[in-house]
Amino acid sequence: MEAVFLQLLNGLDKGGAYALIALGLTLIFGTLGVVNFAHGALFMLGSFCAVSLQKVLSMSMKVRDESVTFFEAYKEVPYLEIWFGDAGKALIDWTVPLALLITIPIMLGVGYVMERGLIQRFYKRTHAEQILVTFGLAIVLQELVKAYFGANPIPTPAPEIVSGSAHVGAWFGLSDAIVYPWWRLIYFLFAFAVVGAVFAFLQLTTFGMVVRAGMADRETVGLIGIDIDKKFTTVFGLAAVVTGLAGVMYTPVLPPDYHIGMEFLVLSFVVVVVGGMGSLPGAVAAGFLLGILQSFASMTEIKSILPGIDQIIIYLVAVIILLVRPRGLLGREGVMED
Amino acid sequence: MINVNQTGSKTLVDMKVNRRSFMKGTAVAAAGVAAPSFFTRNAWGADFVNNPGNNKSITLGFNVPQTGAYADEGADELRAYKLAVKHLNGEGDGGMLNTMKPLSLKGNGVLGKKVEFVTGDTQTKSDAARSSAKRMIEKDGALMITGGSSSGVAIAVQSLCQEAGVIFMAGLTHSNDTTGKDKRRYGFRHFFNAYMSGVALGPVLKEELGIDRRAYHLTADYTWGWTQEESIKNTTEGLGWETVATVKTPVGAGDFSQYITPVLNSGADVLILNHYGKDMINSLTQSIQFGLKDKQVNGKQFEIIVPLFSRLMAQGAGDNIKGILGTTGWNWALQDAGSQAFVKSFGQEYGFPPSQAAHTCYCQTLLYANACEVAGTFYPPEMIKALEGFEFDGMGNGPTLYRAEDHQCFKNVLVVRGNQNPSSQFDLLEIVKEVPREVVTYDAKIFGGELGPYKV
Amino acid sequence: MNMKDNILVLIFGAVILTMPLWAGIVGAGYPDLLQKFAIFGLFAIGFNILFGFTGYLSFGHAAFLGIGSYTAMWSFKLLTMNAIPAVLFATAVSGLFALAIGFVALRRSGIYFSILTLAFAQMCYNMAYSVLTPITNGETGLTLTATDPRILDAATTEGLPSTELFGMGLSGYNGFYFCAIILIIGFYISVRLYRSSFGLMLLAVKSNQNRMKYTGLNTKPYLLSAFVISGMYAGLAGALMVVIDPLAGAERMQWTASGEVVLMTILGGVGTLLGPFIGAIVIKYFENIFSAFNDAVLNQVFGFLPDFIQGIWVSFASLFVGKGWHLTLGVLFMLIVIFLPGGAMEGFRRIAAKFKKEKEAHSAGGAE
Repeated sequence: MEAVFLQLLNGLDKGGAYALIALGLTLIFGTLGVVNFAHGALFMLGSFCAVSLQKVLSMSMKVRDESVTFFEAYKEVPYLEIWFGDAGKALIDWTVPLALLITIPIMLGVGYVMERGLIQRFYKRTHAEQILVTFGLAIVLQELVKAYFGANPIPTPAPEIVSGSAHVGAWFGLSDAIVYPWWRLIYFLFAFAVVGAVFAFLQLTTFGMVVRAGMADRETVGLIGIDIDKKFTTVFGLAAVVTGLAGVMYTPVLPPDYHIGMEFLVLSFVVVVVGGMGSLPGAVAAGFLLGILQSFASMTEIKSILPGIDQIIIYLVAVIILLVRPRGLLGREGVMED
Repeated sequence: MINVNQTGSKTLVDMKVNRRSFMKGTAVAAAGVAAPSFFTRNAWGADFVNNPGNNKSITLGFNVPQTGAYADEGADELRAYKLAVKHLNGEGDGGMLNTMKPLSLKGNGVLGKKVEFVTGDTQTKSDAARSSAKRMIEKDGALMITGGSSSGVAIAVQSLCQEAGVIFMAGLTHSNDTTGKDKRRYGFRHFFNAYMSGVALGPVLKEELGIDRRAYHLTADYTWGWTQEESIKNTTEGLGWETVATVKTPVGAGDFSQYITPVLNSGADVLILNHYGKDMINSLTQSIQFGLKDKQVNGKQFEIIVPLFSRLMAQGAGDNIKGILGTTGWNWALQDAGSQAFVKSFGQEYGFPPSQAAHTCYCQTLLYANACEVAGTFYPPEMIKALEGFEFDGMGNGPTLYRAEDHQCFKNVLVVRGNQNPSSQFDLLEIVKEVPREVVTYDAKIFGGELGPYKV
Repeated sequence: MNMKDNILVLIFGAVILTMPLWAGIVGAGYPDLLQKFAIFGLFAIGFNILFGFTGYLSFGHAAFLGIGSYTAMWSFKLLTMNAIPAVLFATAVSGLFALAIGFVALRRSGIYFSILTLAFAQMCYNMAYSVLTPITNGETGLTLTATDPRILDAATTEGLPSTELFGMGLSGYNGFYFCAIILIIGFYISVRLYRSSFGLMLLAVKSNQNRMKYTGLNTKPYLLSAFVISGMYAGLAGALMVVIDPLAGAERMQWTASGEVVLMTILGGVGTLLGPFIGAIVIKYFENIFSAFNDAVLNQVFGFLPDFIQGIWVSFASLFVGKGWHLTLGVLFMLIVIFLPGGAMEGFRRIAAKFKKEKEAHSAGGAE
């Protein structure tokens, strides 16, 4: 019972992350009709916003390290620490939450440049060509990051205060053994908030209305004199921001390296097709479904019956869904059903 | 000098990796003769692959991961190799050449020939590593191949080198199989292995954690993970510990949370992470986020053990490494003359101390060169005989034996703990115990395998 | 199949077979790289039969490559070291897998097809890496051992046997010629397919599948045949990989390996006969030669420049060569997709057309 509760909690946590990661991808597809293989690279760039901020905040003065006696070594003392003492230390400690703030403008800019500079040329090209050019872009972006930051993962921890775990079991009157990391709970809530905000934005604002109309029938909206192209640039920027934020928030869970995007790319595509290409609620539902299934498939009890199931469950679900319900769980009828 | 038959070079058919098939295959002789560059350069008439003959220099092939997950480890290995080449050629401060005993090297290259090198990228993939090793043998005329930062890669390249008749000096590889069931006559390993990790850890675990413990294993689902799980399990069960579960996790899983949650209420009070590299960084970081390190189970403090540590991994895991027990092949804080000479020389060159990967690669290069010098030739069978059973000292870890039966080095193994209060930025691992070589020595027969012939 | 095609195949064959003679000029004249040219050329030519002819973009073709390798290895381990059975079995088994996967995946088209193939390939890869270890030997890779049964050639020599073709060893240049001959046959078949009514049908599917359906024609069997044929090419390429180097690792099945063959096909020119092969050569050349460039080499190359400029140039250029060769590849690939969707082949055509025009303009001018 407790084991099931824990796996369920874990599934919800994973699901929230999957939904958030896939949200931007489905948004871009739904509005712009572009299959973006550079989505993972956006996630990676988001993570490296946090890494860069950490680098900037902990910019250091080189001080001769007296403790190393074999050779001349220098240790690095962050300027913030020298200037502000404990307050400076605290600032460095809060890198990841602070990174959220700088990520929004940066990713907006990245999205803008990407859309204006590249994606825009590919609206009228085939999906295959879109996949190819964005795949190329993903390679370029990740290699640039590697050239600067190196290939190894860079730890970017959460603030000290939330680095431990919460006694979730006690909250529900269950065993005390049930604990869950604070940061993962925060991630879950954050995912919920961002997904909610995106929904509200599209449902409640005039901008959102135009975009939704554009999704349904681009030409007509263009005909009535609305500059839909400009709106779409904004949507692309929005998707880049959402994906980047997902990346920032994920850094304490998984120290990022240049390749982290490629690992999430396949996953986010699977989430999107299971949910239905271009469907926002679909991506959320599919995220949770896959998260929970994956969590349960990893239980020893399940694995002893179906060995290896934890390795393939996600792909298996995708294949089955695509075969029995091509438009995905919540995809609109007629959209990419073929 | 082994008889160098220059006249044969023009008539020989082609340059190839496998000597035996070369003897058989003469069908394409005509085309082969026409292929220009090799023959003039490599004097292929002599008795072995890439015989330097009368050349003024020899070429060594450094095959390390330059891209992919282990790129930083590979970069450190490459630094060590370059340093070793410098020292062999009599440049720099000489490093371990000043401390190694017995020493036949003279600081004028090897057998009077200047040492040069080529590099290749293994990408931490067996395919790519073999292909890059082949390039170095076939195109660049490498006399010896060394490197690798994964057991899979090392084993794959080692067997290639055996077929090619080229010496392979393994870099960082920790699987029992490298000098066990997959051992080869042309392959040598200086690094320690999973079995030794288990033996070395045993007494420390008993002392620190007692004999009444319940262990839970998370194991990378491939050969190295399994051998390590087996070795550690044998050790801990020998102490009287109970093994609650052994769970295989996919390599490169990234998020290990679904494997960690079941640990929470399993009743286990020790978690053993048989992961390496990026997987280890992730699984350790996440285990600690799940509060495992602060947990009390069965009235005891919960403990996490990472049987194979490296300082580069410790950097990746940041603060999470503090207080975690494990083993390592070598650490820069060792106080013996050899280690100090090496650290000094490396630190002066690059501004930070070498990792265990750098150490083993540096030693391997020197050991190869020294064996050639002892044998008086580069001819592999003679060089192999010179290194088999070679007993030396002054290269860190105390007196060391290159055992003839399986080409495994036996030396002291370090049990380490993530440093709680590092005195410097590099001081990440604290040496808990230096387990003497006699304790970790085992019977060569237990892992089986065949070394194969001297002449291929 | 007209005269022109015959000449094309003949020239192609001649160029391939004489490769060891001239590839040395560009530093590629050693067996391992030449073998790779032939094998990945074959893989890309086969991939082109699906993607180039029908427009169906598979992101899972590396799975067939892996299946081919494992099958060939088991043929070496269980039956004989002769390469012929290994190649035949590998082609057949990967064909069977392609039939099963294609049958399912071709129920969808477009992006869904891509995702389905990707999902199947990832399942194969993950299983090969973990639960199927008894068959695949997981991360270490499947290798020959002295204790293999090898029922057809019992009299084995001391140590490990090597692959052979009726007594002729297959490593080094022999291996290259073996691969090269299979490559030429594969190229010939692909040319024949392209010109056949079957090929026409595939091209028709590519240009407008709906119209084909309206005419009452069931396109599925054609597509499935193309999928199976291209899967068999991949399996054959996988078998050749273990013929020249008897080790089968799971990494060659990963989706990024499938991505690589896509890159090759696009770079050279998708849908053209020669393009994919050219793309394969370019990428393998980059991977093996370009990646070995280091700062020392660069300093040599730019040595004529003043020191200050040299330093800047070298650090800039080193972004793109050596371990940064992926970056060059990515940039090149993007440029091709954006400006030259027909790949290198279209580039050649454009240059040729320009020359022709200039010539015409010239002669026209002369006549005046």
